[in-house]
Amino acid sequence: MANYNTMEIMICVASRELEDGATVGVGTGAPCAAAMLAQKAHSPNLVIMFEAGGVSPLLPEMPISVGDSRTFYKAVMASSMCDIMDTCSRGLVDYTFLGGAQIDMYGNLNSTIIGEDYRKPKVRFPGSGGANDFASFCWRTMVMTLQDERRFVQKVDFVTTPGWLTGEDSRAKSGLPAGTGPYKIITNMGIMDFEPRSKRMRVISINPGYSFKDVQDKCGFELLKAPNIAQTKPPTEEELCILREEVDPYRYVIGR
Amino acid sequence: MIVLEEGKGRLFTDPDPDKARQFFREKSRKMQSKVMDLKEAIAKFVHDGDYLAVGGFGANRTPIAACHEIVRQGRKGMAFAGKTATHDFQILSVGEVFDRVDVAYIVGLEARGLSPCARKYMESGKVEACEWTNYGLAGRLRAAAMGVPYIPARNLFGTDTFKRSAAKIVECPFTGKRLTLLPALYPDVAVIHVQEADVYGNARIRGILIMDGDLSKAAKHLIITTERLISNDEIRRDPTSTSIPFYLVDAVCEVRYGAYPGTMPYEYFSDEEHLQEWLSVQKDPEEFRKFLARNIYECPDHYEYIRRNGGIEKMNRLRQKELLLHKEISNG
Repeated sequence: MANYNTMEIMICVASRELEDGATVGVGTGAPCAAAMLAQKAHSPNLVIMFEAGGVSPLLPEMPISVGDSRTFYKAVMASSMCDIMDTCSRGLVDYTFLGGAQIDMYGNLNSTIIGEDYRKPKVRFPGSGGANDFASFCWRTMVMTLQDERRFVQKVDFVTTPGWLTGEDSRAKSGLPAGTGPYKIITNMGIMDFEPRSKRMRVISINPGYSFKDVQDKCGFELLKAPNIAQTKPPTEEELCILREEVDPYRYVIGR
Repeated sequence: MIVLEEGKGRLFTDPDPDKARQFFREKSRKMQSKVMDLKEAIAKFVHDGDYLAVGGFGANRTPIAACHEIVRQGRKGMAFAGKTATHDFQILSVGEVFDRVDVAYIVGLEARGLSPCARKYMESGKVEACEWTNYGLAGRLRAAAMGVPYIPARNLFGTDTFKRSAAKIVECPFTGKRLTLLPALYPDVAVIHVQEADVYGNARIRGILIMDGDLSKAAKHLIITTERLISNDEIRRDPTSTSIPFYLVDAVCEVRYGAYPGTMPYEYFSDEEHLQEWLSVQKDPEEFRKFLARNIYECPDHYEYIRRNGGIEKMNRLRQKELLLHKEISNG
């Protein structure tokens, strides 16, 4: 079995979710690496979109910013924030990858503040950026994050970005476009989806070397179990080779 | 139309399009030279208490020279559009230029980390924030550009971002669906950095436009900083390439490397070493103070700042990096 680190397995697992011909809105870092890997490994016609306006670039290297010149290098179009988000709002974008400081059992994300007092927060984080927009409009939202009980919490301090809100049909009732919502949560320990009725997070696959208990121990709320929990396929030699040599040779992301 | 829910954030600008029309009615449409020094433009059009927005995204095509000048001139009490503001936000935080901010993305530096000085300023309680999203602020500028008081959208629902915004949720009169209304945002002044402009302000943006098309229309006053002045003949030779027409523009300042240390598409890549230095010196307040004196307060202008950070040799290396020539050079 190949040797790989935490970031590498998350990126490889995430990349397998992106089928050829799909559209995906990504940011920098791990999500971008996953999209690049998918494009090089199995989905050459994956359309990568960056919220600042880059459409389907042939990325020469990992971008540092979702608006830097790499995001529209040999792209089909250098457009605008409104154009990209309008395209998501019209229903043309299949996937997006997000992260955050905190996530709850319904996949709601916090990237705004830690603390009780909004006016004088203990920690101020960036805010939504385009995350709230992407999660509102893209059909399937995926999250890549480390499994950690400080991240997976009973209640997020601030709902920056909508998941399934308070579960069941609360998301649809809120006014968010029908048929959208959190799809999969990819961590270093496993893969979660959401139980269809309650919309609570449930484990569907465990990464090599871990057990359900390990995942639960690193989660601040009770996880549901899928009827048949799979064993995550570890990164293949081919995936690792592309990831290390073509996607991220300077180890900006996989070296973290 | 019945309002179903409303955010409790404060609107920092008036969304009334008739007030904006009265302003624009008086704005000069004369095609005359607006070329001036950046110092003069900031002194003339950026005032204490005004609502400020800058073009670009993060550290990409952002008018950094103008941000330094605003800090040097000691502007205070401004409101600011934090529409993915990164290095610009960090600079303006240093000067404590603003005390109100519409937030889409602040404090962070994308893949480079979080800015300690920006965080400290936001955590001090001195700044009133109102939460939005990137599309939220883009939509607000678009409403202003259209001359309407708001536009509807389908984001923000169900979140604390909405509760801390100044948006409203209504029932759509056509479909009965719930809709978020984004109020028009007319900044008092905007600064946009471009690759080329003529003396009248006809400006060309190459690469992604981000939200600068709508921003140029929404802003009451607009300062263009440009890598190069070009002739009006050149503009007229290729009108398809004009991104911003002259009648939106109040000042044109030629500032070569005006987005440094950020990226300027097709011109130069970001200076990652210098941006890392900005982060590392913040660990020691005394070092940071000296760093700011050396790089902002003691510099008479942006050219001196560039001279102090590697000068033309550095700019050439960043140009090679932007054009990916460094790869060809190392392969050769």
